[in-house]
Amino acid sequence: MNQLQNFTKGFIKENPILVLVLGTCPTLATTSSALNGLGMGVATTFVLIGSNVVIALLSGVIPDKVRIPAFIVIIASFVTIVDLVMQAYVPSLYETLGIFIPLIVVNCIVLGRAEAFASKNSVLSSFWDGLGMGLGFTIALGIMGAIREILGSGSIFGFKFISGDGILVFILAPGAFIVLGYMIALVNRLKKA
Amino acid sequence: MAKTESTFRNMALSLTLIALGASAGLGFVYELTKEPIAASVLNKKLNAIREVVPEFTNNPNEEMFMLATDEGDSLEVYPAKKDGEIIGYAVNTFTNEGFSGYINLMAGFSPDGTIINVSVLSQKETPGLGTKMADPGFKDQFMNKNPESFQLRVKKDGGPVDAITAATISSRAFCDAVQRAYNTLQKGGIK
Repeated sequence: MNQLQNFTKGFIKENPILVLVLGTCPTLATTSSALNGLGMGVATTFVLIGSNVVIALLSGVIPDKVRIPAFIVIIASFVTIVDLVMQAYVPSLYETLGIFIPLIVVNCIVLGRAEAFASKNSVLSSFWDGLGMGLGFTIALGIMGAIREILGSGSIFGFKFISGDGILVFILAPGAFIVLGYMIALVNRLKKA
Repeated sequence: MAKTESTFRNMALSLTLIALGASAGLGFVYELTKEPIAASVLNKKLNAIREVVPEFTNNPNEEMFMLATDEGDSLEVYPAKKDGEIIGYAVNTFTNEGFSGYINLMAGFSPDGTIINVSVLSQKETPGLGTKMADPGFKDQFMNKNPESFQLRVKKDGGPVDAITAATISSRAFCDAVQRAYNTLQKGGIK
C-alpha cells in the first residue's frame, strides 16, 4: 500500500467514525458546535500521529505480552501533553471540551490504530496513517458539529443567522445520534456507488 | 528487526524504560506550560472580577479573603478598591443545584449590597438551554438590583426573576448562587 493510500483511506474508505464506527463517545458528546467538533478532532489527530510514530518506532523492542500497557503509557503521555498545552494556550476551548480531552486515552481509534496499523508498519506509513485517520475524524466531527449547530442553535462557528432558538433536540444527545446515523447512512451509500 | 522475546526481564525492562521516557517528556512539557497555565487561570479570574465590579486600582487577587457561608463552607471575596476606598466586592460563589450539578459564578456587589453584575466562571448546563445563563438577556436583569428588595426567585416560585425558557432549574441555581454570595457578604458584616 503506498503512502498516499495510507493517508487518504481515513477520509472515506476507512473513516474512523463513519465506517469503522470507533470512538463514538467523544463524537456524540463534543459535536454540539462546529468549533468544538474541530477542536476535539485536532487534539485527537495530534495524539494519533504522536502515538502512531512512537509505537511504530518501538514496536520491535516491545515484547508482545506487554504491548497493550506499553501502548497505553505512550498514548496517555501524548494525551497529557495535549491536555497541558490546550490548558495553557486555548483555555476557552479546553473548558468546553472538558473531560473529553483526558478521555482521548481510552478512545478506541487511538489504540485501534496502534494495534492494527502502527505496530505492524513502518514509521513513515504510521505517520501518514495517523494524519489521515486524524483528519478523517476531524472532518467527520466538524461536519457533524456544523450540522448540529446549524439546526440546533441557528448559527455556524458562533455566528448566528437566525434570531431565537433552533431545533433544540439537535444540540442534545438524541440529536447527536440522529445526525450520526444519517451521516453513516450517507457514507454507506457513497461507498456503494 | 527481530521481535524482542516476552521474557520477564525483557517485559519489565521495556515497560520501565517506556515509563521513564514518558515521565521525562511529561515533566518537560509540564515545566513549559506551568507558567502560561497559571497566567491564564489568573487572567480569567481577574477578567471575571473586572466584569462584575467598577474599575479598581488595587490588586483584588492579593487582598482576597475568605468568608464563611451559612452552610459552614467558605467563599472567596475579592475587594475592589479605588484610591484606597472600597467600591465593590467580587464574590466567587457557587451552587450545586444546577441541572448538571456544580455551577461557579463571580458575583459583584457594591458596598451597600446591590448586585453590580454577575459572570459565569464554569457550568456544565445543557448547551443551548441552561448555558444561556451567561447571556446578557438573562443575567442583566440582576444588574443594579438589591437582593434585600429584589427576591432572588424565578417567577414560577413567586419571585421577579424571568427564568430562561426551558431551563428553570438552571435559572433557580443561578439565583441560589447569587443569594449565597449575598448572604455571605451580609453575614460577614460587610456593608
